[in-house]
Amino acid sequence: MSPADSDNMEREIKIETDTLNLYYGSFRALTDVNIKIPARNVTAIIGPSGCGKSTLLRCFNRMNDLVENARAEGRIVIDAENILAPETDLIALRRKVGMVFQRPNVFSLSIYNNLKFGLRIHDMLSRKDEIMQAIREGLERVGLWDDLKDKLKKNAHSLTLEQQQRLCIARVLILRPDIILLDEPCSALDPISTLRIEELLRVLRRDYILVIVTHNMQQAARVSDFTGFMYLGRLIEFADTDKIFTNPAEQLTEDYIKGSFG
Amino acid sequence: MGLAMPREGFHKRIKELEQDVLQLGEMVITAVNRSVEALKNLDAKEAKRVVDNDVQVNKKRWALEDKCVDLIATQQPVASDLREIIAVLSIVRDLERIGDYAEGIGKIVLMHGDLPLVKPLVYVPQMAEKAVSMLRRSLDAFLKRDAALAREICAEDDAVDTLYDQAYHDLLSRMIENPSVITRATYLIWAAHNAERIADRATNIAESVVYLVTGTPGEMKVSRY
Repeated sequence: MSPADSDNMEREIKIETDTLNLYYGSFRALTDVNIKIPARNVTAIIGPSGCGKSTLLRCFNRMNDLVENARAEGRIVIDAENILAPETDLIALRRKVGMVFQRPNVFSLSIYNNLKFGLRIHDMLSRKDEIMQAIREGLERVGLWDDLKDKLKKNAHSLTLEQQQRLCIARVLILRPDIILLDEPCSALDPISTLRIEELLRVLRRDYILVIVTHNMQQAARVSDFTGFMYLGRLIEFADTDKIFTNPAEQLTEDYIKGSFG
Repeated sequence: MGLAMPREGFHKRIKELEQDVLQLGEMVITAVNRSVEALKNLDAKEAKRVVDNDVQVNKKRWALEDKCVDLIATQQPVASDLREIIAVLSIVRDLERIGDYAEGIGKIVLMHGDLPLVKPLVYVPQMAEKAVSMLRRSLDAFLKRDAALAREICAEDDAVDTLYDQAYHDLLSRMIENPSVITRATYLIWAAHNAERIADRATNIAESVVYLVTGTPGEMKVSRY
């Protein structure tokens, strides 16, 4: 079944899956997913618990490789390369396709070292002044520089949850990704922090491609330009966000967003 | 023992909104019919009752709009739920304007005074009857979510415009023949204009129904006036 998807024709596509199936052992978590993530702005993936949205997100940077018994079939093409191919450079992939998780997962290091860590792993900069510059830019982009510029030696765990999440985003940004994957990035935050992080996403979308998985439909409606609805491992519909929320093509989509199930 | 369907309370409130719309519809239909009777018979007392009752129509309109805003603010409606509430907002405004046109005909009666009508009233009652029929059916289309019925109604507006043309030219020739009737003839032109506007508002309601059903806003006819 191909999803109702009439607007995609003229759009440039960044991530495209071709008959993507994913198994955890014998359990089929994703079934024949053909999704085209546009090469700009924000795409949200919504659906009830267990629909496969986080599983799909984790395919885009091969994080599912870390799950025992996970097996992907089909193709995932990013910039004309099938990232499921065995010869894929996973380190390079994960630099290009960064990820932010539900619970902020800062390292128990100083703020400075949290940010320097990625630069070291990817052999990106070696001069101290260049590193400092990159760290400053990263913190500025997430609105933390003014608050933290004199506290870079503090342990990252001393920050508030919202600041930690911003730091996690900065940690991704400092590696100059193309794509940022966000898996329920605001679920651990209070409503005000959530709105502030959403505001940050609104700024970031100018320069990065964001793919956000969220169970909060209002957030998907507020934040995204395109929305994909998943159900039981399948992509049911993919369209402009305002169309999904005012006049979806599929009855299942309509029932879900109206709250009739899920 | 079953669980309540999700959002049962919300959907109940939407159903109540529909009933409110129908009630407001009945109020303005009554106002239109009574105002035209009052004009036929130059019944100033009845006309005054129609004029005074418009306050109730306005109150009901604001109460309905308020309910819609509450639902939007508190329930985050989407898709067809959202379109329904938006359609109700639009329909309620059209109904309130129809009430104003009925009130306007009532005021014409009050202005007309004791002199007889320039001619027996023929066009205005015909136009009003067609307009009321269009209105009833557009509200029916709303209740039944019937876009096909709604589209038919839009096509009927031309017949009312034609009657207005005829009324206008008839009254114009009378004014040219006999300038002493100009004031009273003008009142009748205004009344005919109001009746034409009522039909036009009924087609607006029909357009809102098509939007509600299809999700695509758009104009289905262009009125001559």
